[in-house]
Formats: sequence, structure tokens, C-alpha cells
Amino acid sequence: MIDTIAAISTAIGESGIGIVRMSGKNSLDIARNIFKGKVNEDLKEAENRKLTYGHIYNPEDGKIVDEVLIAYMKSPYTYTREDIVEIYCHGGAISVKKILELILENGARLAQPGEFTKRAFLNGRLDLSQAEAVMDLIRAKTDKSYDISLGQLEGSLSDKIDEIRNILLEMLAHVEVSIDFPDEGIEEVTYKDLKDNGNKVLLEINKLLNTADKGRILRDGLNTVILGKPNVGKSSLLNAILRENRAIVTDVPGTTRDIIEEYINIDGIPLKIIDTAGIRSTEDLVEKIGVDRAKKVVEEADLIIAVFDASRKLSSEDEEIIELVKEKNSIVLLNKTDLPNEYNVEYLKEFVPKKKVISTSIAKGEGIEKLEETIKEMFYSGEVEISDEIMVTNIRHKNQLMKAKKNIEEAIEGINLDIPLDCIEVDIRSCWENLGEISGDTISEDILDKIFSEFCIGK
Amino acid sequence: MEDIKKYLGGNYDIIVVGAGHAGCEAALASSRMGMKTLMLTMSLDSIASMPCNPNIGGTGKGHLVREIDALGGEMAINIDKSFIQSRMLNTSKGPAVHSLRVQADKKKYHREMKKVIENEKNLELIQGEAVEIIVEDNRVKGIITRTGALYKGKAIILCTGTYLKGRIYIGEINYASGPDGLFPSNILSDSLKKLGIELRRFKTGTPARVHKDSIDTSKMEIQPGDEEIIPFSFLNIDKEFNIEQVPCYLTYTTEETHEIIRKNLDRSPMYSGVIEGIGPRYCPSIEDKVVRFADRKKHQIFIEPEGLDTKEMYVQGMSSTLPEEVQIEMYRKVIGLENVKFMRSAYAIEYDCIDPTILKTTLEHKGINNLFFAGQINGSSGYEEAAAQGLIAAINAVHNLKGKEPFILDRSEAYIGVLIDDLVTKGTNEPYRMMTSRAEYRLTLRQDNADLRLTEKGYKIGLASGKRYKKVVRKKEFIEKELERLKKVIVTPTKEMNSFLESCNSSKLKTAISVYDLIKRPELGYEKLKKIDIDREELPREIRLQVETHIKYEGYIKKQMSQIEQFKKLENKLLPKDIDYKSIKGLSNEAVQKLNDIRPDSVGQASRISGVSPADVNVLLIYLEHKRRIRSGKND
Repeated sequence: MIDTIAAISTAIGESGIGIVRMSGKNSLDIARNIFKGKVNEDLKEAENRKLTYGHIYNPEDGKIVDEVLIAYMKSPYTYTREDIVEIYCHGGAISVKKILELILENGARLAQPGEFTKRAFLNGRLDLSQAEAVMDLIRAKTDKSYDISLGQLEGSLSDKIDEIRNILLEMLAHVEVSIDFPDEGIEEVTYKDLKDNGNKVLLEINKLLNTADKGRILRDGLNTVILGKPNVGKSSLLNAILRENRAIVTDVPGTTRDIIEEYINIDGIPLKIIDTAGIRSTEDLVEKIGVDRAKKVVEEADLIIAVFDASRKLSSEDEEIIELVKEKNSIVLLNKTDLPNEYNVEYLKEFVPKKKVISTSIAKGEGIEKLEETIKEMFYSGEVEISDEIMVTNIRHKNQLMKAKKNIEEAIEGINLDIPLDCIEVDIRSCWENLGEISGDTISEDILDKIFSEFCIGK
Repeated sequence: MEDIKKYLGGNYDIIVVGAGHAGCEAALASSRMGMKTLMLTMSLDSIASMPCNPNIGGTGKGHLVREIDALGGEMAINIDKSFIQSRMLNTSKGPAVHSLRVQADKKKYHREMKKVIENEKNLELIQGEAVEIIVEDNRVKGIITRTGALYKGKAIILCTGTYLKGRIYIGEINYASGPDGLFPSNILSDSLKKLGIELRRFKTGTPARVHKDSIDTSKMEIQPGDEEIIPFSFLNIDKEFNIEQVPCYLTYTTEETHEIIRKNLDRSPMYSGVIEGIGPRYCPSIEDKVVRFADRKKHQIFIEPEGLDTKEMYVQGMSSTLPEEVQIEMYRKVIGLENVKFMRSAYAIEYDCIDPTILKTTLEHKGINNLFFAGQINGSSGYEEAAAQGLIAAINAVHNLKGKEPFILDRSEAYIGVLIDDLVTKGTNEPYRMMTSRAEYRLTLRQDNADLRLTEKGYKIGLASGKRYKKVVRKKEFIEKELERLKKVIVTPTKEMNSFLESCNSSKLKTAISVYDLIKRPELGYEKLKKIDIDREELPREIRLQVETHIKYEGYIKKQMSQIEQFKKLENKLLPKDIDYKSIKGLSNEAVQKLNDIRPDSVGQASRISGVSPADVNVLLIYLEHKRRIRSGKND
């Protein structure tokens, strides 16, 4: 194993501490680059297996990132049998994320799902009998992160990436056709065109990186979905929660096409409330986006708030919702208890025996507090968890964007220096591939298809 | 096949079926590596024939020829004897994509190759049509010819080109035929099918040949060869070539040409659906070009000589499947071809070939021992692609018989590696042509360094000669010595120095710098700095080129080298041949199926199979480690 890998090792949430871990031979060097000790500034090998107190800072501008404890564990007596550095920082999403990004900028590579365990196994740390378990774990983690990655990509991010990749593909096709089919009467690509397109790509990547920096990670909290038939009070509920709790980010146009996400924070617990345009205009989630889509949203949710109307009889729509929430972490609200009741909490409980059922009158502001208490309880008891893969996926995206940015900058530099076409191509292609890894699409056959469909080639 | 009396024709180590470009390299390599070799051909007059374009080389293809040469193959030497025009393409681009392309005297190329083959000891050349392959216990035993000869052989290399069930199409007419009016091979296909080998149909086409005296070259643009001739073979690199180069001509189609084509499209078997075979996208017929790029007012046409002692001219860009009368009519609407006289008409040819994913990376069949395939039968197209496969198939056939390790070049070592890996790992949906864009590590796989990359390997397997090897060793020493020297020559910011730099539009020096680092400046170079590098000895051109390339593109080459290092890691993780992928827990169903079909050599190769995901690759790595530990008996 030549390269050094890094990842966040703790679950994401408003926990007290967060741990960022590195493994590989450059771990100590990278740590020394970004860490200043309180007593001894430099972190030395002698500090093996000791906790050292100090600060993580950005070597570029000297700014302090966080106050931390750092542990260096020398190989081979470590989990991966490689040099490991663990950084214990403040909990919450921001600190770990910043530190991880700093580590990546300083030469580590983002670990693949399950990679620490994989290394532990390959380096002989884990028992043979654990081989199968390791395979399962890696399989599961990879699939999950891939699923989530794709899930996030259904919206405009994926469109945007495709758009940028199309510009790059166009550039590549022109470059390759100039190289592989000289003498065919096709106009050779000009450096000016390449530069214009390269700058376009750089601009778009920068735009994406800016949105990523604005707190995409911060927004990723407990994935929460409000379900309920029309007119049950979903929008009032959302507004009530929003009113009482400071909304961190209000609108995320284009995270997905027809689902909008609201980000709020209940006493330190970040919630990402998956909302449809429908909830606000009192339409129905199921009706609006279809049963399959709704099921998928529910599938990916960390927490579901299902709302029922006490003033109307349980309908078939209600029953569908009951089926959807049965196997999930959910809180059931019986709303409109201030109106003449058709049924009560006890009756509803029979359908959802294992769920917490709260009686509310959202219109009068009753029961909201109880709901928030319940969310907190569930969170702190560990009953609900934020899927940390989401955050990793985000960092992975950002990481890929950073790489792509570097590629296109180098390509533009090459163009400015009049470097030959075949050299510049290396950077353009890397950029295209790095972006492709975000959408899981890196087939080079695409370039040939493009060439043959657009240029008249053939002798 | 008719039941005829058979007789024993002879015993051989290796039998090569076919004497095209794949067959020639295969037979020569096999015999030169000490094997008693038989070469069977349908016609002794068609050895190394070029039934399509009269060129060797071009982008990607030129790289292949240089690699064949570096390993000890024949193609480069043979074309150096018989070319009539030489051009280095892409010289305005970087050295990695400079590509040599020459015009061949077709008949001379054939005669020279035939001479070499006839004079090779260990090699017998016989005219005959192979009709049946004898296989016992999954091992080849020999071959039977149409005239009843049984030739016994321990390994067989099939290089059948476009002969298998060949069928020619010209307009509404079609008939069984090999290329260029030669006989087709109609029986061997059935023998292959009996062995369980599935066959499919590919097609390719060629334009008309016209009489030189019937064309008006004064209306065309003349295309002369390069002033400085660079040979293909590294053995000839210091040789002077004082040949009279023959020009080609560039002309264009007209709107009238296109009009005739459009009017007659329904008479093309491609458009009426009579031809089922799949043709290459990079080699479309003129009909295709006119239909697909309807807004283009003209298309380029090159007129190229077929040789010195013939008046036949090749009309590059005008391949067609339209009826002969329409062909003549439309050719006559090309500028300068107003009175053209046809000598051979354009045609498309359809032929049987295999799906190359049934082959190992050695080009041996996965199920039948010592049965090798090379060239167009594997779904490739092009003389150079064929020759490269013939060479590799033969080396591996020899190694099989001698019990030696397979000889495999990977994607980071050679275009040949890219070609074969693409074919056997991904397969191909059209006749496969080499292109430089298929090579991930293009910057390091240059045509100018093929000898540095491959000759040592060729020498070690007993194919490249000692003379060739010594030449490369010397070249390496020269390059290294010069690179070292340039690092040590330090120039200082003197007045003369800075005025020199200014005259080159380069910024002035502030501190001392090595000439090595100065060469890196885009506006400077090795040659330009000769003036200030006073102790420099005049080195041969090829050394200067290597030195300059090494220094100027060091940054890019380093980048590529680190990619290659990553690539090699997975390439070196070998997968045992007998793995039951179904038994590996954690692989996806699709991956199990694909891996069982392809049976890749390494995890690297596995990762290139479509349907094998990164997660599957991880599972394979863990599985290998698991196996390794069980084998070593350690459980720590």
C-alpha cells in the first residue's frame, strides 16, 4: 500500500467529539504539516501512542481550524498495520469535514468504503476467518455509498456534471480527431477554442465548488420525511417547526427536481426535512411524486413523521402510509385533535403498535414541543442515526471536483505555454474522468462514439 | 467436404494457416525461434498481399509497426525495402503522436516478403487450402487440406484474413470470393463450428483501382513525400535512402458525385439490407459519408500509386458498394477523374470471424489447447494490427510447446498490448482499428522509443537478434550519458547569455541554471541551446530526439508513469485460471457471469470488463489474499 488514506471515523451528528483517521506511510508527515502542538510545536515520532494537545491549522493561510488531540500510532501494531494518525476534534459536521479536507489537500486520498478494514486484512491484521465478513462489509459499504451517491445525483448536480463533461467530451473529440485523423480534411482544433472551453469548464467547476463550500455538508442532517394525505396539516407542521427553530438554509433550488429540502436544527440536531412542493401547496407527497418515488424517499429516510387527521375517518391513503412507515424509524402524529374526533390515539396505536404516537393540534401550536422532545430522545438514545455515508459521499464529490479543477487548470496552463496537443489531452482526459467518477461514468468508448458521429472520417 | 483419400504430408511443430500479414509474422517468428514450421496459403502469389490501401503505418498503426520491429518481426524491414513514398504525420504535435506512414509498392512488398519466407530455414511454404482442423482431447493435432494432405502439428495458428466464407458485393451482384478476386475458403468455417467455435460476419470495403493515364493530375493537389526519410526499422535508422519518391494527389468529390450517389442509394446492398456484416465506422463507404454528412459539399479523395511498375492507382476515400455502372458514373464526377478508366471496381467483402473474447491474452483459444488465432479472423482490421497479432500468437505458441511462461505485453508497455487486451477483454462490435486515443499511456508509448521499450524483451525470447539488442543498449547509454551531462552544464546570467535568451524570446536569467532545466522552457529546446552548450558533441538524430523529449515532457511523462504504477499494481495480481467465480461470496451476479466467460489473467484485466464494478474488484483482492494465506498455511 503506497498511498495514505483518510476518512471520518465517527458518525456525523452533534456528538461531543469527532475522529478523523489517516492510514499509510505519509500519515505522520501530513499530520505534522497541519498540526501545531501546544507544548512542542512539531509532532514527532517519539509521540508514538501518546495523545498530544494542539491545533489543526491551514498551512496556506496559517488560520486555526480546530483545537484537537492527536494520536500517532506507529506501524505495525495498529489496526491497519500501517502508520495511523487519529485526530480528535470537536463533534458536529463542520470540524471533521474541514480537517478531512485539509488532510486530502495535503496529500492523502479519501478512503474508499471499507478500505481501512480492507487494508487491515490485506496487511495480515485480521484473521482468515474474517475474510468473508470483510468481503461482505466492503460489498455492502460500496453498494450503499454508490446508491446514496446516485440518489443524490438524480437532481441538478448530475445535470451540471453532465453538462461540464459534455464540454470536455467535445474538447477531447476535437483533440483526438486532430491527432488520430490528420490528413482527412477535418479542421484541426485550435488552441483558442480549447482555451475558451477550458475556461468555461473551470468556471462551472468553481461554481459547483462554491455551492459545496456554502454548507452542503452542514445541510446534511437527519434525513426526515413528513408523510400524510392532503389537508392533514403537513405544511402547518413544517411551518410550525420552522418558526420555532432557526432555519439554517431555507431553499435549495435544484437539489432535486420535485423535492425540496429544508434544513433546520433542533437543539443541535441537524434535520434535513424532505419536503415536496406539494407539502406546501397542501398537495400530497404520494399523489405528487407517485407511490414508487414516495417509497424510495421513505426508504432513504432516517426518520419519518407520519401525520393523520383525527377529524376524518382512516382512509385507504392513510393505510398506505401506515404500511410505508411500519418498518421505519417514525413518529406518528394524530393531528386536529381540537376538532370533533372520528378516532383517538389509542385507536391509531393499534395500527402502529411499536411507534410513538403524539396527539397534536398544529393549528393551535399544541404538541409541537412534544414532537421535538421525541426527536431529541430518539436521536440521543441512538434510535435514529444519520447515515454518515451521505457526508462521505459529499466529501468525495468535492474531492473529485477539486481534482478536476486542478486538471483543467493544468490543461489551460499547458495551452498558454503552447505545449503539444497530446500532452494537454492528458489533463483534459483526467478532468473528464475525475468528474465521471462522481456520476460513475468513465467509459472511454464515449470519445470514439463522439468522433465517429460528428466527424466525417474514412478513407 | 468430399470424402477423399488422405496422405501424411509431414510433421511440424507449428502450422500457420494463411500467408497474409499475420501469417507472415507468425511463420517467421515461429521458425526463427527454432520451431519446424509449415505455412499454408491459398495462393503463393498472394503472400503479404495488400488487397486494400497501398500504405503501411499511419496514426497508431505506425506505432505497431515499430513495435513489431523492436521485437524482431519482419514488417518494418520489409516495407523499408519496398516503400515508394514516406511521410511522418502529426509533426506539428507532440512526439508521442508522430506517426510514420509510407506508400508501398504492393508487388515489391509481396516479392520481398516471399523471398524472406522462402529463404528461412525451419520454414516450409506450401500452397493449399486448409479444410479441417484435427483436435483430440482438446488439443490440436494437425490440419487436412482440400487435396487430401494431412499435416501433423503440435500448434496451429489461424490467420485466415477475409477468406472464410468470403462474399463480395457490388451493387445487386454478390458472389463467393476471397479478397481481390482470389478464391474464398468455404469449408474451414464448418470445421471451426464443429469445434464449438461460433462465427460471425464482419465486412469491409475497398475503392476502385483506376488507370493512371486516364486521370488529370494537373487539376489535383500534389502530395510529395518528406524530404528527410525516416525508415520504419530501427536496424535501418542510420541508413541513407536515396529513392525517388512517387507523389500522391489530393482531389475532391463534387455535388454532382453526391447527386448520383443519392439517386442510386437503393441499389446499394448496404442500404437495401442484403449485407448483414458489420463494417468499421472509421472506414465508411462514400455512400455513407454522403448520407451521414449531407451538408458537406465535397469530400477529400486521395489518388495513390499501387507500385512502381504498374499504372493502377488507388482512389482512397471512394470505397463503395454501388453497382459498377454507377461507380464509374460517380467517379467521373470527381475533379480530375472526368475521363477515368476503371481497372478494378470497388467492392465490399463479408467474411467469417470469431468473437475474440474466446481467446486468452496469448491469442490461444480458451478451450482448445495450442489453437491460436491472429489477424482479421479476430475481428480486427488493418495489415499492421494483423501482423502484431501474428507475432504475439507465434511467440506464445512456441512458448507453449517449450513449456515457457506466456509472453504478454500489457497496456502500459505497448500498443500491441492495448490492441490484444481490447480484443480479448472487451471484444469488438466492428472491425477493430488501432488509434492512438485507445492507448491510455500514449505519452510513454511512442514510436521513437519502441526499441527502448521492447527490444530487450524480444532478445530474451530469442527473436530479436544480438545485433539489434546491442544497438539498443548503446542507444540507452548515449541517452543517459547526455541527460547526465546536461544536468551538469550550468550557465550563469552573463550578458551574452541573457542577450542570447532575449533573441529567443525567452526571459533573462537571474541565477545560474543547468542547460537541462533551460531546455524545459517551451520557447527553447535541445537544438536551440546548442550555441550556448559549447562542449556538446554532435549526437545521432535519434539520440537527440530522445533527450529532447525526455527533458521537455518530463512533467507529463512523470504524471503518466505514476498512473502506470497504479495500473501495474492490479495488473500484477494474477487470477488463477481455475477459479470458480460462483463460489466467491460478495461478487455481483453480473460479475460472476462475465468473469466466468472471460476468465481474466489478472485483477487489472478483470477491472476492464464491463459489468465488473470497483466493489467486485475489491472482493477479488480479498479473495486472492485469502487464498494466498491458505496456501502459505499461515493464519495470522
